[in-house]
Amino acid sequence: MSGPSEYQPTNPVLQWIERRLPLLGLMHSSFVAYPTPRNLNYWWTFGAILSFMLGMQILTGVILAMHYTPEATLAFHSVESIVRDVNYGWLLRNMHASGASMFFFAVYVHMLRGLYYGSYKEPREILWILGVIIYLLMMATGFMGYVLPWGQMSFWGATVITNLFSAFPYVGESIVTLLWGGYSVGNPTLNRFFSLHYLLPFVIAGVVVLHVWALHVAGQNNPTGVEPKTEKDTVPFTPHATIKDLFGTACFLLLYAWFIFYMPNYLGDSDNYIVANPGVTPAHIVPEWYYLPFYAMLRSIPNKLAGVVVMFSSILILVFLPWLDTAKTRSCKYRPLAKQFFWIFVIVAVLLGYLGAQPPEGIYVIAGRILTFCYFAYFLIVLPLLSRVEKPRPLPNSIADDVLAKSGRKAMVSAVIALMVAGTLFAGSTQNARAAEDETPPSQTWSFAGPFGKFDRGSLQRGLKVYKEVCSACHSLNYIAFRNIADPGGPGYTPAQAAALAAEYKIKDGPNDQGEMFERPGRPADYFPAPFPNEQAARAANGGAAPPDLSLITKARSYERGFPLFILDFFTTFQEQGPNYVSAILQGFEDKPPAGVTIPDGSYYNKYFPGHAIKMPKPLSDGQVTFDDGSPATVAQYAHDVTTFLMWAAEPHMEARKQLGMQVFVVLIIFAGMMYFTKKKVWADAH
Amino acid sequence: MTTASSADHPTRRDFLFVATGAAAAVSGAFTLWPFVSQMNPDASTIAAGAPIEVDLAPIASGQDIKVFWRGKPIYIMNRTKKQVEEARQVPVASLPDPASDQSRVKEGHDQWLVVIGICTHLGCIPIAHEGNYDGFFCPCHGSQYDSSGRIRQGPAPANLAVPPYQFVSDTKIQIG
Repeated sequence: MSGPSEYQPTNPVLQWIERRLPLLGLMHSSFVAYPTPRNLNYWWTFGAILSFMLGMQILTGVILAMHYTPEATLAFHSVESIVRDVNYGWLLRNMHASGASMFFFAVYVHMLRGLYYGSYKEPREILWILGVIIYLLMMATGFMGYVLPWGQMSFWGATVITNLFSAFPYVGESIVTLLWGGYSVGNPTLNRFFSLHYLLPFVIAGVVVLHVWALHVAGQNNPTGVEPKTEKDTVPFTPHATIKDLFGTACFLLLYAWFIFYMPNYLGDSDNYIVANPGVTPAHIVPEWYYLPFYAMLRSIPNKLAGVVVMFSSILILVFLPWLDTAKTRSCKYRPLAKQFFWIFVIVAVLLGYLGAQPPEGIYVIAGRILTFCYFAYFLIVLPLLSRVEKPRPLPNSIADDVLAKSGRKAMVSAVIALMVAGTLFAGSTQNARAAEDETPPSQTWSFAGPFGKFDRGSLQRGLKVYKEVCSACHSLNYIAFRNIADPGGPGYTPAQAAALAAEYKIKDGPNDQGEMFERPGRPADYFPAPFPNEQAARAANGGAAPPDLSLITKARSYERGFPLFILDFFTTFQEQGPNYVSAILQGFEDKPPAGVTIPDGSYYNKYFPGHAIKMPKPLSDGQVTFDDGSPATVAQYAHDVTTFLMWAAEPHMEARKQLGMQVFVVLIIFAGMMYFTKKKVWADAH
Repeated sequence: MTTASSADHPTRRDFLFVATGAAAAVSGAFTLWPFVSQMNPDASTIAAGAPIEVDLAPIASGQDIKVFWRGKPIYIMNRTKKQVEEARQVPVASLPDPASDQSRVKEGHDQWLVVIGICTHLGCIPIAHEGNYDGFFCPCHGSQYDSSGRIRQGPAPANLAVPPYQFVSDTKIQIG
């Protein structure tokens, strides 16, 4: 049953097709009869996981493109419409956005696996280089995809990354203008990025075909690095590898689903919930996590051109890896020194990633330079040198021999290394202690927190009242329509109540048959009208600071959680920085600034506002709003209720998300369990 | 290795394989739903399709207006006495899509014809007050409708559809 076989379909129709186009035979020899080494570990399932993720990204991406508008004034709004109005739009968007992170996570595992087991060595150089090309294409695709929501990080990420090309002498400026299609990042840039973001995944898919082809010519590497010699060394791809890959993918889905349903904004940046503003750069520009190591290298070099060259080289150097590491032994399993350096390299890369997220100052710059040197030293010094000086351990005669004699202390090593990485990160974070002078908003108890969180209906209704009677004097709520307050998972009003609320408002409509604009009573389909006709008017009426729209405020504001907490947050599904911050701001006003702090005229002291000088006067005071349900008329209660309401406004489908998430997890856990036993049965004869 | 086992002696292994396959198929089918459902009109489109009110006062006898509801053109025609009589004199049984004029208007408001102005042939918009029947003429493929919006001649299979509507007052209707 092992080994390639001539595929002969029994069905006459299939035979007819097969004689003319041997597609089934190709599939059969590539994915059924194809001999796969029997000692592959689970790191090898990431190839299948990556194929799955590529398919997932293309599928969800094509669907999102059906609802997205690639136009600078509409892009941000269209993304919000997807999330709020399109059926399951929130799910599809989360799948695509988290999917990008999962795709990169999987590709890093896949690359490190190749690095560890020497999968780039003869005769797999082309296979490896095709992989590097895929990775580069992924980076370009991921970057352009991140620009499409047209938030602040999108816009400024696009500006910073395209400006990298301005570093090249003579032609740099022209290249950048060419990329932008204008004198700055703008609508033409967004349009072409959308076009390319749609195109490149299909190019990736094409290169993946070549990658798999090259893989099937050279055959898979395996943990021993010894080529299969006899039939005993291999098992047929189907069912063995197929089932194992499916089991691996099922487990990966658990992680993926955790992000989709419980931590959709964990890896994102809150600034991207603010619509792109070419006049204001966010205080702290950070790329998506998967680019951080390269971003750290870019910033650690004081010269612009050199920084750019170093950053691009850090990826291109991978192309030359097969010729930098000339050791005959493939697998680090049998290379005692290479193994240690491999793990050091992993730590260096992780630390570079950590530095990429830190402000480029003081110790971080110095550490960045040292680590950049270490990164390149691994490829240019360590690997070439090791191939000369290292004495590898004896290799097993064959894969079959290796399978028979198993050892198991690998887990210990990984655990020790994980602890080391954690320890260093922790040490790094203590450097950040000076941040403590900026008061961190206290964590509050929110009914909607956690995997089973639900909005407190009473709180939502009271919050709406506070918004209506207080906040709405200055702040718009552009993304909320009156009909929304009757939506499931919302404040729980009836459609009739929503219509009654709408009718209280005057909405500008027109033009009528005479060509004039007119006012009419609101309808459920109308949106909450803004208090000011435009941003300039809002600015002029509020001492020069335009009051921000509140629809997304609880997602658009955040604060640093610091090292040990942000890891914990992943498990506790803590995502309430925004609500904590908003509630703290509302309660953080103090009549007299503390001694030594001066507040400019027209500003007010707020304990939790970055810089403490806020243009908004204290908006809430005790007794300002009366609640019908007897809740206390205190600032604390107002702040809590209006923040709850604004959290709902920012994510109206949160309850649906968490509820569906629970169902998905039940199914996935059961399915992964079944897959585990199926895999065990299928492999029972192979080991 | 072999996975074969005879059908009369199902083994635990067979059961496991079938159960896992079935679980994958069922959850896969459920997963498909959001990908299909997203194609349906979104919440804002549905909300925008709410009923509309139209003031009939400015429409003189013999005139018509065209309003849009859910993206569809709606003809509101204030028919002349002659038009109404023509529509009521035709023997209903002789029509390709038999329907009395009375069934296509609201009682007591007999002069008002409210129809969706989309040809039932292939969706073009017929022109009002044209054709041989004092009604509508579709320029695309020559379908002719009478003053009650009923198909009289041409390839269209059915009468112009009457949208859901009611009279809020004598001079105001609500469509939808």
